[in-house]
Amino acid sequence: MSGAVDRRALVAALVARRGSALLLTGLGSPAWDLAAAGDHPQHFYLWGGMGGAFAMGLGLALARPDRRVVVLTGDGEALMGLASLATIAAQRPPNLALLVLDNRVYGETGGQPTATASGVDLAAIAAAAGFSATLRLESPDRAEAALDLLLTAPGPVLVQARVDHRPLPLVLPLKDAVAAKHRLRAALGVEQETGP
Amino acid sequence: MSDVDWSEGALRAILRAGIRLLAHVPDAGLAPLLTRCAAEPSLRVVGLCDEREGPALLAGAWLGGLRGVLACQSSGIGNLVNMLGVSAVGRFPLAMLVTMRGEWGEENPWQVPMGQAVPAVLGAMGVRLFSLERAEDAEAVLDGALGLAFGSDQMVAVLIRQRLLGAKRFVPAGATAS
Repeated sequence: MSGAVDRRALVAALVARRGSALLLTGLGSPAWDLAAAGDHPQHFYLWGGMGGAFAMGLGLALARPDRRVVVLTGDGEALMGLASLATIAAQRPPNLALLVLDNRVYGETGGQPTATASGVDLAAIAAAAGFSATLRLESPDRAEAALDLLLTAPGPVLVQARVDHRPLPLVLPLKDAVAAKHRLRAALGVEQETGP
Repeated sequence: MSDVDWSEGALRAILRAGIRLLAHVPDAGLAPLLTRCAAEPSLRVVGLCDEREGPALLAGAWLGGLRGVLACQSSGIGNLVNMLGVSAVGRFPLAMLVTMRGEWGEENPWQVPMGQAVPAVLGAMGVRLFSLERAEDAEAVLDGALGLAFGSDQMVAVLIRQRLLGAKRFVPAGATAS
């Protein structure tokens, strides 16, 4: 398979244009991609909770309407969290963007095909749910348009990027969720929050 | 069942704890509280499609400085068990209000296995358990549970007992309740 988007290049370009946006990953390859692009206090990486990345992004987006929130996840994780596309569509968070890096396999477990390998169209599902905009990114020449959508278009938006399944250098992100939590909250100025 | 409405004290405790987000999958037992919350302008109410979304959503909200609670039926606890790992490993405060089925006069046997397993399942995952059995205790019990959750970064669940809520009656059309 060729002509697909280079996932590491796409995530690096997203990080380069991130600005004040908060980046949250689902478990597995998208977390390695974001780590490879460079660690930052505005990043939070899941190492578990499969199916929860979209919902976690919604919570963060509701808490911080002043910030863009971008969730990076894989097709397998997205498929497990499909219900959250409906939940998000119903809430209509204008600052939430979802990026699905779709390699059509469960890459961390041996490359078994996911439902997207059979043609299931996550962007169409999100559009049918009521997302403001969706995009199937099939080739690198539309990457800038995809990043525009993810970082600036009124949300909720979803980009389904077709990427290759091939070995990449493993770059592991921060594993300590407590540490990642504290530094993100500190970056947002809420770490000292103790309630009323 | 008591004449006192447990949801009134519960809402007072929720607001006093600085909660600004209520995520829920509805239940008949929760209906009085959901009605009150929908009318409360300081609360953002998020209807979930699956209880599994709850711990993840509330962890995300906490990252951004927003306090929330999850309200669901006991059957929903079975749906969200693995997601409790996110709360546990990140020491995210997690406050759950769980209306119990399958324990007191239940007429639907399909509710019994999960309902009866809820205390053991939540306990196995490290969730601290509170029990609400009398409506007049609602405010105090929620004060204690929410205080523990947000004061000590704990996962807590208030089990709102079926004896308090009353068992759902299943009366076929044309039949007379016995």
